Amino acid sequence: MSAADIPKIRIRGLRKAFGSKPVLDGVDLDVAAGTSMVVIGGSGTGKSVLLKCILGLIEPDAGRIEIDGQDILTLGRRARQDARAEIGMLFQNGALFDSMTVRDNVAFGLIARHQSSRAAAHQKADTVLGQVGLAPSVGDLSPSELSGGMQKRVALARAIASEPAIMFFDEPTTGLDPIMGAVIDGLIVDCVKRLGSTAIAITHDMASSQRIGDRAAMLHKGRIIWEGPAAQILESGNPIVDQFTHGRREGPIQMELRR
Amino acid sequence: MNAILNVVATIGRGAIACCRSAGALAIFAVEGLIHIFLPPYYPRLFGRAIFGMGFLSLPVVALTAIFAGMVIALQSYTGFARYAAQSQIATIVALSVTRELGPVLAGLMMAGRAGAAMAAELGTMRVTDQIDALQTLSTKPMKYLVAPRLLAGIVAMPILVIIADILGVLGGFIVSTVKLGFNGQTYIQDSLAALHTGDVTLGLAKAVVFGFIIALSGCFHGYRSRGGAEGVGSATTSAVVMASVLVLALDYGMTEVFFTR
Ligand SMILES: Nc1ncnc2c1ncn2[C@@H]1O[C@H](COP(=O)(O)OP(=O)(O)OP(=O)(O)O)[C@@H](O)[C@H]1O
Ligand SMILES: [Mg+2]
Repeated sequence: MSAADIPKIRIRGLRKAFGSKPVLDGVDLDVAAGTSMVVIGGSGTGKSVLLKCILGLIEPDAGRIEIDGQDILTLGRRARQDARAEIGMLFQNGALFDSMTVRDNVAFGLIARHQSSRAAAHQKADTVLGQVGLAPSVGDLSPSELSGGMQKRVALARAIASEPAIMFFDEPTTGLDPIMGAVIDGLIVDCVKRLGSTAIAITHDMASSQRIGDRAAMLHKGRIIWEGPAAQILESGNPIVDQFTHGRREGPIQMELRR
Repeated sequence: MNAILNVVATIGRGAIACCRSAGALAIFAVEGLIHIFLPPYYPRLFGRAIFGMGFLSLPVVALTAIFAGMVIALQSYTGFARYAAQSQIATIVALSVTRELGPVLAGLMMAGRAGAAMAAELGTMRVTDQIDALQTLSTKPMKYLVAPRLLAGIVAMPILVIIADILGVLGGFIVSTVKLGFNGQTYIQDSLAALHTGDVTLGLAKAVVFGFIIALSGCFHGYRSRGGAEGVGSATTSAVVMASVLVLALDYGMTEVFFTR
């Protein structure tokens, strides 16, 4: 197998249960280098848990997580940290540090990771803030003074500031108006293509999945039940995927509603 | 038969959960202590923690200590004046404040103030994924969040207790001279004569331990909180309860070891 065939990220048989409740139940997923993968799936199916397992924030029960062909779960602590240091993450709720200014938030990873000087990191932070359409004066504000859309953009800036080789976006456009959503999608595509990074994006928004993704996968009941080109997701031929992408009430997915 | 088994099972489960928490706390404490010594260091965060825990707590600790000194003087006057010389009151105030009341009252006030603040702050960071975010930005939360707070607790408490000692004795002095009409100079001489280095040192040793315990409780419960705002609330409560109980229990333990040999 040549190097080009090794996917940047390869997940095999990933399992994670909380208590007796299995959340991930044998997830298999490949993401080729330089491409973006969109993951869709119902609320609570474990999309965020999947990303957190790859990031090492949650310890999976079983399975393999390979980055560049190397199973990071078997690596030593140090090597594992190094492998994960090249992943940038946009958290579902932003997770901005509210005790710091916006500029310190964006510069945080640069200072912690590259040991670059504060001044240089702040300069870079202003540049990245500019790339996500925020004026340098926003850098002096604290995150709580920003609107939800601005917070998302700051979180995006923080995730991409150190130009990581792998980027995760957990529902980057949820809760934004359609125009702002399109803007954020554009920014994501922009920086993924510009940096040649590999990306996994989680979204509930079909329009957004078409804009961001090269390929798409659907997580359902702990497994990837469909994987293919993102452009085909609306005509996948899989009844479960169809019900989800078209938002139909009737179909194979039974919502568990209790009254 | 089944009912008995159920009771046994419940007790057993509780005991196991208890041991598990104690073990987790011990590991957390050791890990936090190790991170105090290993680089990188975060002096700015230590400064901020010491400002919050020490400086901002000064007024409340000062007030508590003054009133404690005052009430001891008053109580011992009504209780002892019939038998003892007036000089006994200075001795009683000085010893009880430095040995017990200074560290214990400051400890309890800090448990409610600093312990709760730490638990709430770290708890909020936990449930809003900020602690996870730190980790993805190549920063160890134990080192960045916990170690500076533990160190701040260890450093700030003795300083607060020294101030509490002085103000407690001052409280006794005020009541004795103003209300009871003692001679001020004699009172101070009696106080100084009563104090031995051992008393003050033990008080400060207690302060170091209490400061560590309070910061540890706050960090431990905040760090492990989950479940949104409610989780942060119960983490804060647990931190204050644990810190207060441990302060009182360790106070007894240390007194037992050092004074009754
Ligand atoms: N730390 C945890 N402890 C216990 N259970 C958890 C934990 N994290 C997640 N879960 C559970 O795992 C399941 C999947 O959660 P997850 O956050 O991954 O959902 P999701 O697919 O991201 O949903 P959404 O689209 O709403 O964000 C949920 O049922 C949740 O209750
Ligand atoms: Mg999620």
